[in-house]
Formats: sequence, C-alpha cells, structure tokens
Amino acid sequence: MTSGPTLAEICIVACADVWRGDGALLASPMGLVPTLGARLAQLTFAPDLLLTDGEATLLIPADDGDRVTEGWVPFRQVFTMLAAGRRHVMMGAAQIDRFGNQNISCIGDWSRPRAQLLGVRGAPGNTVNHPVSYWVPRHSRRVFVEQVDMVSGVGYDRAMSLGGWGARFHEIRRIVTNLAVLDFAGPDNAMRLRSVHPGVNVSDVADATGFLLAAPFEVPQTRLPTAAELKLIREQLDPKSLRDQELA
Amino acid sequence: MTSSELVGRLRSGMTIGIGGWGSRRKPMALVRAIAASDLTDLTVVSYGGPDVGLLIAAGKVRKLVTGFVSLDSIPLEPHFRLARQRAEIELTELDEGMLHWGLLAAAHRLPFLPMRAGLGSDVMRVNPGLRTVRSPYVDAEEFVAVPALALDVALVHMNRADARGNGQFLGPDPYFDDLFCMAAEQAYMSCEQIVPTVELLSGGPVQSLLINRAMVTGVVHTPNGAHFTSCVPDYGRDEDFQVSYAAAAASHQAWEEFRAEYLSGGEDEYQAAVARFTSKLSKGEQ
Repeated sequence: MTSGPTLAEICIVACADVWRGDGALLASPMGLVPTLGARLAQLTFAPDLLLTDGEATLLIPADDGDRVTEGWVPFRQVFTMLAAGRRHVMMGAAQIDRFGNQNISCIGDWSRPRAQLLGVRGAPGNTVNHPVSYWVPRHSRRVFVEQVDMVSGVGYDRAMSLGGWGARFHEIRRIVTNLAVLDFAGPDNAMRLRSVHPGVNVSDVADATGFLLAAPFEVPQTRLPTAAELKLIREQLDPKSLRDQELA
Repeated sequence: MTSSELVGRLRSGMTIGIGGWGSRRKPMALVRAIAASDLTDLTVVSYGGPDVGLLIAAGKVRKLVTGFVSLDSIPLEPHFRLARQRAEIELTELDEGMLHWGLLAAAHRLPFLPMRAGLGSDVMRVNPGLRTVRSPYVDAEEFVAVPALALDVALVHMNRADARGNGQFLGPDPYFDDLFCMAAEQAYMSCEQIVPTVELLSGGPVQSLLINRAMVTGVVHTPNGAHFTSCVPDYGRDEDFQVSYAAAAASHQAWEEFRAEYLSGGEDEYQAAVARFTSKLSKGEQ
C-alpha cells in the first residue's frame, strides 16, 4: 500500500488542474511544482498541451514513458504564440494583490529598490494576452499584499480600467499556494478562496493574506491526487523526490 | 579582426546591444574586452545576463534597457541587483516582448510598433516617455507604441562563422541575435570557430545560418568566448564558475580578488585562469 499524498503532491495536482480544458496551447510553467503539474496534466487529462524542455524543444510523452521531440519553439515563436493567445503560463509572484496585480520586478521604491528582483520579464505581455496562473510556495502577508510595489502582471481592476480591449484577452485563472487554491470569482473579480488543502483552516489562509479574501460559505477541500496520479508523480515524473524542496 | 580592434571602433556614450539570453550564448570575450577598456557611459540593451553584470561591475554602464537580468540557474544577477539597490544605473525596464518589438522596429527603420504588452502595468509608470497609439481602423483599439531601439553597435556570439561574416548557430535557440545585428549601425560577431564558407553546411542545416554578411561589420574569433554562459553544442554553461562569479559579488574584497584572478589580463589570461579553476576543481573532486 502506498503512503498518502504529501503537500507537494497535492500542489502538483492543483497546478495540473489549472490547465484542464485548455486544449492545444503552450503551457509555460515556472518552477518545479508547476512543471510537474503541467507534465502530469499532459500525461493524463490534457494530452493536447504543448510543453518544452525548458528551452526551445517541444516534448511529448512516448509510449515507453520517455519523451520525444515534437517541435521547436524558440523565444521568437513563444512571443508570437503569446500574442496569439495560444499559451497559459504559471508564474511566480513576489507580491500579489486582491485583484491579481503581481510583482516580480523589485521591492520598495522602483527608482532605488530595497530589493531588486528579476525585472518584469514577460508578465505585462502575458497578462494582457493569454491566461495566467500563479504559484506561491509560501503563502504569507509578505506576498499577499494590499498593494504591490511594481505592477508586472496586470490584475483585473487595471485590465478593466483599460476599457473593453484591455480586458479582452485578460484572464487570471488561478493561484496555487502551499495552503490553498484561489481564483478571481469574488465581487468585481476580487480574489476568492476556492479550496483549502487538507489540514488547513479557512482562518489560516485569511491570517496569511494581507487583505480581505472573498470566500464561499463552505470552502471545499482541494482535490486529492488519484492513485494513478500519485504513481505517475512518484515513479515517472519525479522519482528523485525533488518536489518537496520547493515547499521547504 | 581582433577584440581590441573592435573596442578601438567603439566610443564612450554609445548604445550597445548584446545578443544571447540570460546566461546563454553571450559574446563574453567581447564583453570582457569592453570591461577592460577605457570606454564609459554606455547604454546597454540586452536580455540581460552576466554580460550586463560584468559591464556594471566594471563601471561601464550609464543606462540599461532590459526586461530582466538573470543568470538562469542563479535567478538574480548580483551586480545588477547591487547597482539597482544603490541607484547607480539608469534603467529602462520593459516587458521582454517590448524589447523584441523595439529591436524589430529599429531593424525595419520604423519609429515604433504597436503592442498590447505594457498596457495596465507599471512599465508605463516607470517609463513616462512611453506613448500609446490608437488603431486607425474600425476597432479603434489602443496599444503601446513601443519605440524603436536603434543601436550604435550590436555584439553577438555564434558557434561557427566564415571570415566574410556569415554566422551559424547550432544550439536550440537563435534568440534575437539577427535582430540585434539588423537594429545596429555596426554589428560584430564573435564565434567559436571560423571555417571556410564551403564548410558551413557540414556543421548544420541551411536554416542554422542565422547571420548573413550583410548584417555584420566584423568577425572576431574567440574560442570559448561565451564562457561561462552556455554555447551548446560546443559547451554548456560552466555552472561551477558561474557560482564563483556570483559569490564574488558579495563583497568588494571578494570581487577585487576575482577581478585580479580572471579579469586583469587579456582574453588569453582569462582562459588560462579558467583552465586553472577547472583543474583545481576536478582535483578537489577526486
């Protein structure tokens, strides 16, 4: 008999679920847990997803459990797929607010940041062109803030204020954290608690969030991995168990 | 031509675009030659990696135009980080795709190209010079007018080239090296290997000939010249060396030691010091 699912495995499955129903588009996961999630989705309920090796080679599962090359997407092609809306990325977030404005650029005053991070990278373009989800391995008030310091990924309030065209292709699908899964089905597309992971209370999530979080009357538990999913994660996708490190 | 001849053609205050991406296929030998030169006040346009870090550490950069600076396997570039936290460089922070679009506009000799990226984000706030433009067609949609990023000089690194300036990439991604060249007044290509034109196709398919001689002003032969960034299939990223580079940024003293060991001489001395680093490391592992 196999042991029950770990937190990392629950998060991997929650990440996989963000791509459910996407069809044939490029899944761009940032970080290990989202990557394992995307690969799990591709292996099971979302076989049409396109996934790279982390660079320009598209890989698809072969019958023997290995992966074979099915195509080529250099960055210039990624940018075109992005603009065409045929992509769904799962990015990280150093900060994120109630309407999903995200920051990966810097902390503090932009002109002289307290902590320089990556820069905005592709977040501005991603968020106004195609579905975006976020992965936050440490759900805390430092990340879930009232106001982000440098809006990199655009949230719902800002997308709406651009007028009809700004919101046309804007969608923040979901946020997966070490505590919960969130979406933007709250009032005026505010962030809403969608489910809590096993052993997590709604108040734990509220305490770790720096703004008022919308929630349904009864918050369901996050879907648990199936036996088949667990087997794929443990034996095929991550036999060396690197997945726990991202949540350490 | 040689790296020093190339540096002799550059002037302080120029806008220099650097090909590659992050810590991948960067023309590092050319960057090292600039870092060792008297040039100052450069504007650097790059999908930034250690090229940006090294030039910042050498005090060459007045202004940086980028969407990120990263060492890939080490997410944050330490010299860029320090320079930003001390407000020592000017920054034009753009979305990655905007950088692409700005180079494309410059290559096409257009003043701007319209794009959705940037709308609603703080890229508009921190770049108050950015303007939007409305579609003249029935949709009347509003876009960011991404200004052309015209370059004085482009520097790129290829796996192979002929002496005329035809360049070949053999790795997974061309990045935007051809666009950097086309957006520039002068473009210089370093390469791992110079081969007779007739041998170019023995290295890879015709589609790997990314750079043609109309795009290039000069070719510089720099074996291991992308080190420590990746230049597959010739070599991967030197992760051990990159770790020591990043660690050396931690203090002034550590950086002075790193500089004395690796950057005080020319390219030959650098490569010899890297060989010593590698052999010391492999002895340590035995």
